[in-house]
Amino acid sequence: MADPLLTARDLHTYLATGQGVVRAVDGVSLTVAEAEVLGIVGESGCGKTVTCRTIMGLMSRRTAYSSGQVIYHPRGGDSILDLPQRELQKLRGTQLAMIFQDPMTALNPVTSIGSQLTEAVTAHARLTRQQAHDRAVELLTRVGIPAPERRMHDYPFQFSGGMLQRALIAIALASSPRLLLADEPTTSLDVIIQDQILSLLLELQRDTGMSMILVSHDLAVITEVCERIIVMYGGQVVEEGDTATIITAPSDPYTKALLEALPQGGHRGALRSIPGAPPSLIDTPAGCRFVPRCPLAMHECTGWVTELVETGRPGHRARCWRHHEVGRARVWQASDSA
Amino acid sequence: MSQAWATHPSQLLLRAAERGARRSRSTGRRRLVLISGLVMLGIAIIAILGAPLIVSKSPTAIDVLHPLAPPLTSGHLVGTDQYGRDILARILYGGRIDLAIAFGATSVTLVFGTVVGLIAGYFGGWVDSLLMRIVDLFFAFPFLVLIIAIIAMLGPSIFNMFVAIWITSWVSYARIMRAQTVVAKKQQYVLAARTLGYGRARIMLRHILPNTASAVIIFSMVDAIGNIILAASLGFLGLGAQPPTPEWGTMISDGQNYILSSWWLATLPGVAIVFVGVAFSLIGDGLADLLRSGDR
Repeated sequence: MADPLLTARDLHTYLATGQGVVRAVDGVSLTVAEAEVLGIVGESGCGKTVTCRTIMGLMSRRTAYSSGQVIYHPRGGDSILDLPQRELQKLRGTQLAMIFQDPMTALNPVTSIGSQLTEAVTAHARLTRQQAHDRAVELLTRVGIPAPERRMHDYPFQFSGGMLQRALIAIALASSPRLLLADEPTTSLDVIIQDQILSLLLELQRDTGMSMILVSHDLAVITEVCERIIVMYGGQVVEEGDTATIITAPSDPYTKALLEALPQGGHRGALRSIPGAPPSLIDTPAGCRFVPRCPLAMHECTGWVTELVETGRPGHRARCWRHHEVGRARVWQASDSA
Repeated sequence: MSQAWATHPSQLLLRAAERGARRSRSTGRRRLVLISGLVMLGIAIIAILGAPLIVSKSPTAIDVLHPLAPPLTSGHLVGTDQYGRDILARILYGGRIDLAIAFGATSVTLVFGTVVGLIAGYFGGWVDSLLMRIVDLFFAFPFLVLIIAIIAMLGPSIFNMFVAIWITSWVSYARIMRAQTVVAKKQQYVLAARTLGYGRARIMLRHILPNTASAVIIFSMVDAIGNIILAASLGFLGLGAQPPTPEWGTMISDGQNYILSSWWLATLPGVAIVFVGVAFSLIGDGLADLLRSGDR
């Protein structure tokens, strides 16, 4: 693996709500290497978004309690979560960037695209008005917006969803970040635009050599784009490894279930899904969180604190006692025919 | 057959176009409200600033030979008061104080209250609690009583009237702005701005304020009328402008003793207040519609 760029170690984020403490992120560790595209996949409510926001230091300190370390390697070995607000702000504006799920709401509705772009360009760099304008137009061109000079004056409501996501990407790239966190960037877009945006992101990633964390609930998207995948469930990482390994030899029942749920090309019939819903993250019991939905669950799965264990393949770890059996198990096919 | 025609696409398009036309017509009507308000206010401002050009008499000059002259007396277009002072001159010169209150008192409280509300709403936590408890404290007092108390402490004068309004009436702006800010700060564009590493001041002023300012701006128009009426009330109570300084409220107060015999003393300054008040409220209405429809 290339040099690590960002490492999160034992990240916990607990949210205080009226119903109790939600353990949204419960001991997540991950590493992104230089120029790597890392995928995080999992159902809604698995803590993917909160993980991203914790890494960016965006969780409100009043309602969210975080622990753990986020180490941004070019800055040395200290956790960036402990930095004073101002330093963290600077880091966010210059080294780390993030794009969001819903481009429709992620831009200020009363300011033109152009002025939001120039603001992003000038926020952390000293540029003249003309330079900033040129850079903004250049960015818009870069993300494939036709007639960028003219579109600079448009307001967000005059853009389509795909165009808005492009504009957001342009804004995120304004500071030439080393790491881009893309939090479900294509979820609210239709499939064709989805594909365009993903190709654009990949192309930009390749050209600039930045690293990228792509978060999605869509395993198909993730496997297509990412070199390495982290599967999250119930606020924990349940499996991590190379894309090829994960696809060919999933070692956590949840990953396996996700793969099974992908529609097969040419295969007609009912879509398979995972019965049940992700667990509530309030008062989670010890033991594996997938137990209620897991066809491989056994007595030992409850009650024991689970850990990520090496499966023997390089860089591949899974949070399952029976990880060796997952690939071979026939239970999924059996339940399908039933 | 007619069933088929009713749903024909061209028919639907036509209907949509008609709806659009109706909407744009009503947009025009809304603009008309704003424009007529601005025109009325413009007339008032020109008349008040250009008072020396319109009337040759001083507002405090006494014409001993013609006290209580009715309107349309030669030399006094709208009559004189009990001392023979020209009412038109007094209304026009007196308007300076009332308009100064409308603009001067309102703009200061608008800016201050907006900033306080923005800070309370954006920072939240103890900052919010502290600022809003202070606001509650002001709301707990009867407004006029509080103002009278402050003026009683400082002594009655026009400047102290400004001070009293500054101290007391920013609280409404703070409350409106706080509510708007609390909503706006949860919006994703604010989160996006934070991910770009923007500072708090930049986020508040450039991203939240433009999205929330319309409410306080509209309210400020209502508040401006309120302040004119307040100035008039304080003048009426003898706590505002002191004689012989002309001021609409003071004029009404002086004229009430003569209301049965010489109606014009109290009525005409009242008409002036109504005129300016209507102008402000038309502007407020027009702005409200314009800013609201401009959102999308």
